[in-house]
Amino acid sequence: MERAEIFEKLNEVFRDVFDDESITVGEDTTAKDVEGWDSLRHITLLAAIEDEFDIEFSMGQTVSMKNVGEMVDFIQEEL
Amino acid sequence: MMDELHYPIDSKLLLRKKAKIKKQLLEQEGLIEKRIAVLGGSTTNEVVDQLELFLLDYGIKPEFYQSEYAQYWQDAVFGTEELDAFKPDVIYIHTGWRNITAFPNTSDDKQTVDSLLDEQYNHFLTMWEKIAERYGCPVIQNNFDRPSYRLLGNSDVSDYRGRTNFISRLNQLFYQYAQTHSGFYINDIDYLAACYGLDAWSNPLFWNMYKYSLCLDAIPLLSKSVADIIKSIYGKNKKVLVLDLDNTLWGGVVGDSGVEGIQIGPEVPMGQVYSEFQEYVKALKSIGVLLAVNSKNDEENALAGLNHPNGALKPDDFVSIKANWDNKDRNMLQIAQELNLGVDSFVFADDNPAEREIIKHSGLGVSVPEMNRVENYIRVLDHGGYFEVTSLSSDDLARVKMYQANQQRTRLEQSVGNYEDFLKSLNMKAVIRPFEPIYMQRIAQLTNKSNQFNLTTLRCSEGDIQHMAESPDYLCLYGKLEDKFGDNGVVSVISGERKGNELHMRLWLMSCRVLKRGMEDAMLDSLVSDAAALGITDIIGYYYPTPKNNMVREFYSRMGFEKTEEDADGNTVWRLSTADYKPKNPAIEITR
Repeated sequence: MERAEIFEKLNEVFRDVFDDESITVGEDTTAKDVEGWDSLRHITLLAAIEDEFDIEFSMGQTVSMKNVGEMVDFIQEEL
Repeated sequence: MMDELHYPIDSKLLLRKKAKIKKQLLEQEGLIEKRIAVLGGSTTNEVVDQLELFLLDYGIKPEFYQSEYAQYWQDAVFGTEELDAFKPDVIYIHTGWRNITAFPNTSDDKQTVDSLLDEQYNHFLTMWEKIAERYGCPVIQNNFDRPSYRLLGNSDVSDYRGRTNFISRLNQLFYQYAQTHSGFYINDIDYLAACYGLDAWSNPLFWNMYKYSLCLDAIPLLSKSVADIIKSIYGKNKKVLVLDLDNTLWGGVVGDSGVEGIQIGPEVPMGQVYSEFQEYVKALKSIGVLLAVNSKNDEENALAGLNHPNGALKPDDFVSIKANWDNKDRNMLQIAQELNLGVDSFVFADDNPAEREIIKHSGLGVSVPEMNRVENYIRVLDHGGYFEVTSLSSDDLARVKMYQANQQRTRLEQSVGNYEDFLKSLNMKAVIRPFEPIYMQRIAQLTNKSNQFNLTTLRCSEGDIQHMAESPDYLCLYGKLEDKFGDNGVVSVISGERKGNELHMRLWLMSCRVLKRGMEDAMLDSLVSDAAALGITDIIGYYYPTPKNNMVREFYSRMGFEKTEEDADGNTVWRLSTADYKPKNPAIEITR
């Protein structure tokens, strides 16, 4: 899957999880940039992403994600 | 009612769109508010978020207290200022096997393991006793799920040193406590984990990453289970299962193939599966569920089908049979009227998706499970949690008989021309007395179940009822009614708080199955005479409107009270002078 396509799908997930239609994420987006992205919401977010792409992140991936760009790297690894 | 919140629940959607779903659910009217304290031995945030959705769907608007991470025991045993001020209506203790602090060692002898078991049990017992003393509210306690690995392999379950064995013994002790303490309910996560699949349920990533004791996707299932218990405690269980006939209770169409042609009975697989379903439905009667038929059929054919020798269900098992060609939503309303029950306490089982859609969109509030494959019928009804059992009072067990007696009364009423004569011919006998311990459970249940003939809709736990019964400031009466067709059990509850010479009515309710029998007159006669004996000059009645209690809006007026106040929301206050009261003496023989 192309990176752009992954971002497109990711935006949908973010919009659902944070209940905000205006969210658009990019390579450098981090938790600080999205209102409500706290540690609890992060869990829901990861579960929704796993569901969307039909993948499962390992614990190693989960602890090392620093921004959305790295998230996309891991998604590509798992696809 | 939202489909994704009903079996089979859509966990992924509930997790992903919870914010949006919550907003929609909050738009409903007539929600009752409850304060739920969730005391966790692991992370509880998602548990609470999902629990909120399920409770809202059941018409309960929760406010939550959450213990700090894993502080369940400390909060319960020592209390916190915040929890004390919160005054929980219900406490849910979310613990699992990881909260067991010590397990047997392989070198332990039997005695050592026994004392270890006592120690672990006492840890919980102390907590439950403290909660009972400090809060006196219903408690929901998880049992233990199985551990995610078995050191002793298959022997783990049978050897006294195995963790699985130890946990199952601890669970048994929990169940014994539940059996001997009312208001204490086990949330069976051992079963939930088995249904979900233990490996997936106990995915260690969620414990190690987030300190969730189960995987995220299973949390909605857990929360639904807790919500089922809570809604059952507060009288929001469904009461009636309304069934279609053709391809629901038997295979085939009785009107086409005749009674010989339908599939029911052990001879062939399709007959077998319908037999099993009929037996399940019949068993529902034994937990107090009322059964009715709503089917497009000629009545003659319907009855012939129900009299099939291989069927477990017979026409007598149903409190109402509507087999005709009317629309099913119309039949549904007629059944509700006959039984004097809200149609929103109905569950409708029909194999035909078109009929299900009609009922779903009729706005009646009937639950419509997805009965789309006969082999799954039992599971769909069972996992739906519609009839969650939290107490099986003898009244529940006798309910079906009572409704059948009601049908006999209706027949008598139609045969006796004059209503007064009809009442006399019933030979009614009532017992009207202060609250007594053997009826506390039933009284509390009535305060939670009665919606229509309920002036104040004050919902009470057994503890609340006991408090009223023991307090010198309260005048409490229950009323039990029987007649020649049967015993209705406790059907009316009133309780007033004494303030000087006035008695302020906090509870006044009656079961609708004894409407128009003079029982309300008998209750008031007794109340006034008891109040006057205590030197009370005035009885002050309160009516608080809800979407369901319109039938008693003018109740006090009919009983001779005078209205003294009314606010913009329709809340009214009424006064009755005990000195001027003329007893109504209904045709009931009363024992005090």
